[in-house]
Amino acid sequence: MKDAFGLPQSLLVLGGTSEIALATARRLIARRTRTVWLAGRPSPGLDEAAGQLRGLGAEVRTVAFDALDPAGHEEALGKVFAEGDVDMVLLAFGTLGDQAHDERDPRAAVRVAQTNYTGAVSSGLVCAGALQAQGHGSLVVLSSVAGERARRANFIYGSSKAGLDTFAQGLGDALYGTGVHVMVVRPGFVRTRMTAGLPEAPLATTPEAVAAAVELGLRRRAETVWVPGALRVVMSALRHLPRAVFRRLPV
Amino acid sequence: MPADTVSVTGWGRTAPTAARLIRPRTYEEAALAVRDCGARGGIARGLGRAYGDAAQNAGGTVLDMTALDRVHAVDADGGTVLCDAGVSLHRLMEVLLPLGWFVPVTPGTRYVTVGGAIGADIHGKNHHVSGSFSRHVLSLELLTADGRVRTVVPGTPLFEATAGGMGLTGVILTATIRLLPVETSLMCVDTERAADLDDLMARLADTDHRYRYSVAWIDLLARGAATGRAVLTRGDHAPLDALPRRTRARGEPLSFRTTRLPAAPSFVPEGLLSRTTVGLFNELWYRKAPRARTGQLQRIPAFFHPLDGVPHWNRVYGRSGFVQYQFVVGHGREDALRRIVRRISGRRCPSFLAVLKRFGDADPGWLSFPVPGWTLALDVPAALPGLGAFLDELDEEVAGAGGRVYLAKDSRLRPDVLAAMYPRLDDFRALRTALDPRGVFTSDLARRLHL
Repeated sequence: MKDAFGLPQSLLVLGGTSEIALATARRLIARRTRTVWLAGRPSPGLDEAAGQLRGLGAEVRTVAFDALDPAGHEEALGKVFAEGDVDMVLLAFGTLGDQAHDERDPRAAVRVAQTNYTGAVSSGLVCAGALQAQGHGSLVVLSSVAGERARRANFIYGSSKAGLDTFAQGLGDALYGTGVHVMVVRPGFVRTRMTAGLPEAPLATTPEAVAAAVELGLRRRAETVWVPGALRVVMSALRHLPRAVFRRLPV
Repeated sequence: MPADTVSVTGWGRTAPTAARLIRPRTYEEAALAVRDCGARGGIARGLGRAYGDAAQNAGGTVLDMTALDRVHAVDADGGTVLCDAGVSLHRLMEVLLPLGWFVPVTPGTRYVTVGGAIGADIHGKNHHVSGSFSRHVLSLELLTADGRVRTVVPGTPLFEATAGGMGLTGVILTATIRLLPVETSLMCVDTERAADLDDLMARLADTDHRYRYSVAWIDLLARGAATGRAVLTRGDHAPLDALPRRTRARGEPLSFRTTRLPAAPSFVPEGLLSRTTVGLFNELWYRKAPRARTGQLQRIPAFFHPLDGVPHWNRVYGRSGFVQYQFVVGHGREDALRRIVRRISGRRCPSFLAVLKRFGDADPGWLSFPVPGWTLALDVPAALPGLGAFLDELDEEVAGAGGRVYLAKDSRLRPDVLAAMYPRLDDFRALRTALDPRGVFTSDLARRLHL
C-alpha cells in the first residue's frame, strides 16, 4: 500500500532499463519500496538493472515485456498483478528515433509512434484496469515537453508524446474517484543515453531530478509534473507564440 | 443493501482508496455483507476518526456500521450499558448523563463508535487511572469470518486480539460496557502553565495521581529555554456541591449541551498551517492560559472535545491532508522523550496543540497501544517536505527506547519496524490465520503493515 505521502511499497516499471525509471526506483527504494518488477525486453541490461536495485535491498523480478507487441501485454502484465498489489506503475518506455532518418523511412517513423503511443495505450489500459480492480495505485506516465508543441527538430517523437500525453490525461479523468491516480510527468531535455550526443537544450535536467519531482508529485497527488518546474511557465509562453515566430526560434 | 463504490480516507485525508461501501441495518445484513465481501475482503468502519488507513479497504468492501446504533439496555443501578457497535460516544453521553453515568473512557472526540473504541482500544485523559477502553468492556459480540456470532469476554485470547485489533478479527456487533457514576455533567478543572519540558514532566510526575483526568498541551514550536513549554489541564467530574447556588446548572446538573460552529470550508489552500500561523496560534494559546487557576467549572465538550465544535476541522490542512504521530516510551526512558521533543522543536514542524500525557498500567490487548510511560501526539501537514524521512527517524528512536506508535493514528509506519514495537504481533497473526484462514477481514493498514 501507499503511505500517507503517496510512496509505494511495490513498483512496476514498464521499460525496465530506462535511466529515468531506474533513478526513480532507486529513490523510492530508499524510502518505502521493497518489491520492484522491471518489465522490458529480456537483455543483459535488464538483468543488470535488476541486480543493481537488488543491491539496494529490494526484492526485484523481471518480466518479459515488449511495447511493440500489444497482443502480449495482457498476459505479461496480468502475471505481475496476479502476484499481488502494485502500488505504482511507472510507464517509462519510449524511443527518440532519428528524426532525419525517420523522415526518409516512414516505417522507422511508425516504429517510434507504435512504441511511444500505441504501446503505451495498450499497456496503460491493461494496468489501469488492474489498478482499478485493486482500488488503489498510481500510474505515472513519462511524457515530454516535446509533446507540448511540434518542433522541426523532433516532431515525429514529439507527436507520439503528444498522443501519449493526451491519452494519459484522459485516462486520469476517467479514473478520477476510483482510487487510482494518474500523473503525467513532462521532463525537458534529460541527460541520458537517449539524448547522448544531442545538443543540450536550455533548462536541461538529470534523471535524478526527474525522480525527485516524481516523489514530490506523488506526495501532492499531482496530475501534471514539469521537470524542472520552470518549464511550466516557459512552455505556457511558447505555446502561445505564433507559429511563424516559433518556427524561427533556435529550439 | 445499498452499495456504492466510493473513495475512502481516514481522518487525516491521506492515501485515498476506492471500496464498495455497504451500510448494514441489521445483524443479518452485516453477516450477509461479510459473506459476500469478495476476494479483497472487508473491514468495519465507524465514524472515520482513525487518522490513517485502518478503516479503508482498497478494491474490497467497507462496512459502514453507523446504522447499527441502538442502545439496547441501560442498567441504571449497576452502571452498565448494552449497545450496538455503531453507537457513538456522543450518543451514549446523551443517553447516559441524565441518568448519572458517564462513558468510562473518551478520547479527544465524542464522534467515535463503540466498535471503533474497542478496535483501537482507545485511551483518554484518565488512562493513568482507568486504563484503556477495553478494561471497561464486560463482553462483546463478534461476527467472525465463518459467519458465526461469538460472545467474547475478557481473559480470552479472542478478546485480547480484538481489543486493539483494528477490526481484523471480525465485526463487533454489540458490547456491554461498565460506566462511571457522575453527580453532574460539569468538570472541575485546574489549569497551570509549565515553562519548559523538564518543568512539565516534573509537574506531571509529581501530581498526576491527584487527578482523574490529566493532559498537557505542549508547544512544539517553542525553542531554546522555552522548548516544551506547555499548558496543563487536569480535573475531575464536579460533585453536586461544587456547583454554585442559584445557577441554572444547579437545577439540572446532569444536562448535556453541545454547540457546533459552522464546518470548515471544503476548500482550504495548501499551506494555511505554516510555521508562522501555527507559531502565532501556539503563542496565543500559551499566553491566554492562566498561570495557575483552580476549580474552574467547564462543560464536558470544552474539557474533553474542544475540536468537536468545528465539524470537518481536518479540512484546514488542505488537499494533502495531515499526519498524526503518536508514540509512547516507557517510564525510565525520559531521555528518549526529551531527545524527540528537541528534534521536533529543532526541525520546526508546524504542529499545533501537541499533547503529552502519562499512561498508567497497560491492558492485555495484543496490539493495544498504551504501556506505562509517556505518550506524545502531534499532527503535522503531510505536505511538509521531508516529513516522511523525519518521522522514520523518530520511529527508530521510539523503537530503540522500547516504545511504539499508535496504529489508529498511523498512516506511514514501515512494516519492519512494527514487530519491534508490538511483541505480541506474531500471536496476533497466528490467531488471525486460525480464525480467518481466507483473510476475509483486511484493511489498507493490514496490507501496508502485514498485520
